[in-house]
Amino acid sequence: MNGSTKPVITLAHGNGGSLMHKLVNDVFVRAFGGTLAANPADSAILEINAGRIAFTTDSHVVTPLFFPGGDIGSLAVNGTVNDLAVMGARPVYLTCGMIIEEGFPVETLERIAASMAASARAAGVSIAAGDTKVVEKGAADGIFINTSGIGVFDGEAMGRAPRGLSSIRPGDAVITSGTIGDHGIAIYAGREGINFETDLKSDCAPVTALTMAAMSASPNIRIMRDPTRGGLATTLGEFAAGQSFGIEIDETRVPVRDDVAGACELLGFDPLYVANEGKIVLIVPSADADSVAAALRKIPIGAGAAIIGRVTGDHAGTVSLRTAVGGHRIVDMLAGDMLPRIC
Amino acid sequence: MKYIAEFRNHAAGAGLAAMIREAVRGRVIRIMEICGGHTITIFKSGLRELLPEGVRLISGPGCPVCVTHNTFIDHAIALSALPGVTITSFGDMMRVPGSASSLQKEKARGADIRICYSPLDALEIARTEPGRKIVFLGIGFETTAPGIAATIKRAYSEGLRNFTVLGAMKTVPAAMRALVAGGEVGIDAFICPGHVSTITGLGIYEFLARDFNTPCVVSGFEPLDMLRAIHMIALQLKEGRAAVENQYTRTASSDGNPKARAILDEVFVPCDVAWRGIGVIPGSGLAIAPAFGAHDASAAFDIRVPESHEHPLCICGDIMRGMRTPHECGLFAKACTPENPVGACMVSDEGSCATYYKYARPA
Repeated sequence: MNGSTKPVITLAHGNGGSLMHKLVNDVFVRAFGGTLAANPADSAILEINAGRIAFTTDSHVVTPLFFPGGDIGSLAVNGTVNDLAVMGARPVYLTCGMIIEEGFPVETLERIAASMAASARAAGVSIAAGDTKVVEKGAADGIFINTSGIGVFDGEAMGRAPRGLSSIRPGDAVITSGTIGDHGIAIYAGREGINFETDLKSDCAPVTALTMAAMSASPNIRIMRDPTRGGLATTLGEFAAGQSFGIEIDETRVPVRDDVAGACELLGFDPLYVANEGKIVLIVPSADADSVAAALRKIPIGAGAAIIGRVTGDHAGTVSLRTAVGGHRIVDMLAGDMLPRIC
Repeated sequence: MKYIAEFRNHAAGAGLAAMIREAVRGRVIRIMEICGGHTITIFKSGLRELLPEGVRLISGPGCPVCVTHNTFIDHAIALSALPGVTITSFGDMMRVPGSASSLQKEKARGADIRICYSPLDALEIARTEPGRKIVFLGIGFETTAPGIAATIKRAYSEGLRNFTVLGAMKTVPAAMRALVAGGEVGIDAFICPGHVSTITGLGIYEFLARDFNTPCVVSGFEPLDMLRAIHMIALQLKEGRAAVENQYTRTASSDGNPKARAILDEVFVPCDVAWRGIGVIPGSGLAIAPAFGAHDASAAFDIRVPESHEHPLCICGDIMRGMRTPHECGLFAKACTPENPVGACMVSDEGSCATYYKYARPA
């Protein structure tokens, strides 16, 4: 021991014995409760109405584990919730797989579990099943969390799920639910110890209220996506790639917080490529654009929603940006990592 | 952030573009922007679309990463393989291909290579890890060189013998002289780098106006800065003048930064240095002065690297001299992409090829 008496995770916590059961009960069952507590078996048995479901999985690694506006726990819940929500589904159940490095403080694990529980409550999902593995020191960076999730198509949004890429037509409008780049810059500042002297926080949040509001406002949503890694540019690039349409966005209409814009200038980043964790991008028929944007703005995390561009019949397969000063340029997908530049 | 938005204003841009059109009057003027930061502004803001037909903008050798010779990368990689050595570097050096590998690949293979934002970060590592030999990769122009000089001085005064710099710093005017004296490229005027000028002052460009009759305008990095600088150049050419003028008055002064210049003179001495794709330009490098030789990695480690070679089809040298554009390269966007760069210009975000690829690639 290095003198500290705070309890830490040991390999014995992962060996399937009594210590592991105690950890699972004390930390996870206590935090997640509900379905998990009622299902102390090898699988959770869930009641879901027959029909189509959405099903996804996502693994979460982040440094630092805690950052302004969130932590790896809220990220792990919202990441999977949002992947379900943008398909038009209502997320209902998650699983939670933890890979924990030997020596990880139990207290930190409890904080992460509490954050996951709070995020799950906010997103209206139950964490129904889980798994814990402990690996030797150095074999993982603190903690890795995998979540899988199931979403159902029911209620108000039934029959209104986005039709997908093939439904997109020239003239359609491109909408974002708010400012871009908040999450990536908040993480970057936290990781590198850069203090931008602002209250910038990650936008980490469930987007289900946004997707539901959009589908209520229009039965003809073409596509929705949460622009996480690679940012808005990469999401739009994925929409357009290989298609018979192009996308044009207007730089002056893309909402970016002043502090995010300033940090990007300083670091040589482009906010179009910086990650978001609580935003959606939508393509909708132009006739529905105003009503969808208005519906998004009624949700607190959608208050900054804006129509930022349109689908075009020309420059098929590419995304073009009309710049503030009045020129145009290609918006390419992110190649490799963004590396801070020398000068 | 209004400070930025105002320098990207559409109406003001259109007004300046009309003034440039009026001054150019259908003539062809060839302007080289030396600095990679300017190249990015031109493409990122779509500036060419606003300019009259006759204004040709040529990208010069002003990306410090791109002009770093691959022998330097090979040297850094060889150092990273030595026991107890930690390589510290600015982030955008990581992907630069050497003869056979890159720092990023070596890091993945287990070499201790760390990204720093400032040479002072590397010095801090040297303080906290006295058992390791910390080598900082010192590249850049007059903009970054003073910070590296100050770091070397501090290491010297603290007696941090485990901190060294592998240097390949370069000065801008020597390269500009080589370009105009070479006469391969018809350059009617230069847009001079604003940040370099902030350190050096304006005097370093005087020879270009006096001896080569070439107008020079120091410019800021926002779209309206550059349009204004182009207008100042167009007026000089229209009036048959060649002078050094300053558009970037909010930052650069005619004297520059005397303190930064003094520390450059104290810590470095001019040397011949190889520019990637261009070759050796006499007196264009900054070597660590003998008084600070204990912090010179090239002296501290006895490492020899073999002569390096470029891809035979790569035309980065011609591109950096402004003789050809990336679209004229057979490798561009095919064998050479930002994910898998062959030539130096594709590596850094500020390289000409990377900028063309990112913002002006044909669909």
